[in-house]
Amino acid sequence: MSGFKVNHKQYEKEDRKVEFSSGTIQKVRQIISRYPEGRSASALIPVLHIAQEELGGYLSVDVMDYVAGLLGLLPVEVYEVATFYSQFYLEKTGTYVIEVCRTGPCSICGGEKISEFIGEKLNIAVGETTEDGLFTLKEVECLGACGYAPVMQINTEFYECLTTETAGGIIDMLRKKGEKKEGSRWTDKFF
Amino acid sequence: MDRQILLKNISVPGISSFGPYKSSGGYDSVIKALKEMTPEEIISEIKKSGIRGRGGAGFPMGLKWSFIDKKSTSPKYLVCNADESEPGTFKDRYLMEHLPHLLLEGMIIASYALGAETSYIYVRGEYKYIIGILNRAITEAYSNGFLGKNILGTNYSLDIHVHPGAGAYICGEETALLESLEGKRGNPRIKPPFPALKGLYGSPTVVNNVETLACVGPIIIMGGEAYSTIGLGRSSGTKLISACGNINRPGVYEIELGLSVEDFIYSEKYCGGISNNKKLKAVIPGGSSVPVLPSDLILKTADGKPRLITYESLAEGGFETGTMLGSGGFIVYDEDACMVRNTWNLTRFYHHESCGQCSPCREGTGWMERVLHRIETGEGRWHDLDLLVSIASKIEGNTICPLGDAAAWPVASAIRHFRKEFEFHIANPEIVKDKNHGAIEKYINVRSAV
Ligand SMILES: Cc1cc2nc3c(=O)[nH]c(=O)nc-3n(C[C@H](O)[C@H](O)[C@H](O)COP(=O)(O)O)c2cc1C
Ligand code: SF4
Ligand code: FES
Repeated sequence: MSGFKVNHKQYEKEDRKVEFSSGTIQKVRQIISRYPEGRSASALIPVLHIAQEELGGYLSVDVMDYVAGLLGLLPVEVYEVATFYSQFYLEKTGTYVIEVCRTGPCSICGGEKISEFIGEKLNIAVGETTEDGLFTLKEVECLGACGYAPVMQINTEFYECLTTETAGGIIDMLRKKGEKKEGSRWTDKFF
Repeated sequence: MDRQILLKNISVPGISSFGPYKSSGGYDSVIKALKEMTPEEIISEIKKSGIRGRGGAGFPMGLKWSFIDKKSTSPKYLVCNADESEPGTFKDRYLMEHLPHLLLEGMIIASYALGAETSYIYVRGEYKYIIGILNRAITEAYSNGFLGKNILGTNYSLDIHVHPGAGAYICGEETALLESLEGKRGNPRIKPPFPALKGLYGSPTVVNNVETLACVGPIIIMGGEAYSTIGLGRSSGTKLISACGNINRPGVYEIELGLSVEDFIYSEKYCGGISNNKKLKAVIPGGSSVPVLPSDLILKTADGKPRLITYESLAEGGFETGTMLGSGGFIVYDEDACMVRNTWNLTRFYHHESCGQCSPCREGTGWMERVLHRIETGEGRWHDLDLLVSIASKIEGNTICPLGDAAAWPVASAIRHFRKEFEFHIANPEIVKDKNHGAIEKYINVRSAV
């Protein structure tokens, strides 16, 4: 990495340690090896997914800078990518990120009602997080499950053919589960 | 018309795992291709089959493969486009979930034919569990000698890796996909050069859709000639159609190209008719980017022939009275659907997904979204319709990639076919303000102008 350093005016350095575990470093090396020599930049998106999951649920500037160092990229190259893709969160999110599809096919099958209902139930607007930090509500574009509309995704899970009753039941179930996320991280399980 | 090629073994228990897949004849095509055929023979069979790309653009697969610069000393790449983000389209997810080995089979043969020793599957980030399924299938293929060094004892070696996206429709456009795979923003590249010359890492590359690649194995087994007799004319083979919207039986169906739209919508085997006994109002047959057609024009062409599900028949009449097969994302609207609201919704999608490189697309989609929104919410002005048509025509053809066109066409076609409904919104702000978003037929008895 060159000596180039970006000045983040509005950001203070975080006081938590931003670092992957040694197991994750191993995993990152393995991901880099999928791409040709000198093309470790290709590992950026998968590594950002891992970083978001392992390092606090969103990509803070410190996290992005850490990933840049790890892959030998300029910080700005990482910011460019992190800000482009809708699944990278730049702000703190809840344990459960509820992403309700708002696009045409879901919309004509009642998608708008689902997002409205969840917003009312959790007492938050789209884009907000509940005070207990458990839920964030988002509206997203087509999730590729239009035949099973209305659809939402919560973390890795798809929930399909929703009604307000089933959507409410899902929220209640997750609230009961609380902070305990089931199983291992998806990046461990699937990558 | 109910030939099953891709989904014929879908109900075999455990078909997503290697064992059951192999014992139902899976991977026979790889054995045949690698042991008995040269790359040139494979490309020639694919050409003979007449198969066209299933990702949306419909480009002949064999021709695309033959553009690869074989003499180039740089490595060649095959990239599978599993970004599937076109609204209305969910067929690739179905294929990958249930038949991941069918995709791998096609990719191994394609990579061998193209001389690629590394291939990638670019999967949209939302399909996280699909990434898991693919990785498991890939591991099985390695341990059974169909991937890795010296496949089946030949001197051909191949690695396949899954690469996740992170939420960006534009990464389905092939050059944006390659940028994204290189670790950058998904900004489409200016073409030429086409990927066959300069693709991934500047090397010769072929990008094909999941469904297109899944057809390769069956074509190699039955031969290109035989495949070309399935379907109708230049639309050879079968196609997965993902049907959604106001129908009784939404889902993914494999149809032989040439099936009539009417059969597809009303037959119990497919969509099973319009839900709640409502009437059909409109269809977008190929994913949100293709023109919408009102019920009479989707069932019959302007000169009264039954409309068939083929590349040619759906396009008959051009943009005046026709549409396109696109990705096969078949969206059905019933009589209650509001075409203004729907057009606004889809335009918001394109505005949200524009990568922002070209001003006509970045700004134009935003303008169209705002104008449509004000019409939908009872703030419309009479010159808004001309304004929309004018913005759409200024985006069309003036951008780096076809997303600009894809955003312009639905607006232009909705106004062309449902002008009365837009006018109704402008003339009756009080009715549309109270969240009617509904069809004008509810209020006055006018048929949309065709
Ligand atoms: C905005 C845009 C989005 C696209 N999205 C997809 C997609 O999600 N999946 C896909 O296979 N092709 C998509 N395409 C088409 C690809 O650019 C490319 O034509 C296709 O992957 C080629 O594969 P095929 O020849 O097998 O169809 C898209 C094109 C555009 C312009
Ligand atoms: S047309 Fe739109 S999406 Fe395509 S390159 Fe231009 S700005 Fe990006
Ligand atoms: S429109 Fe909601 S999943 Fe496609």
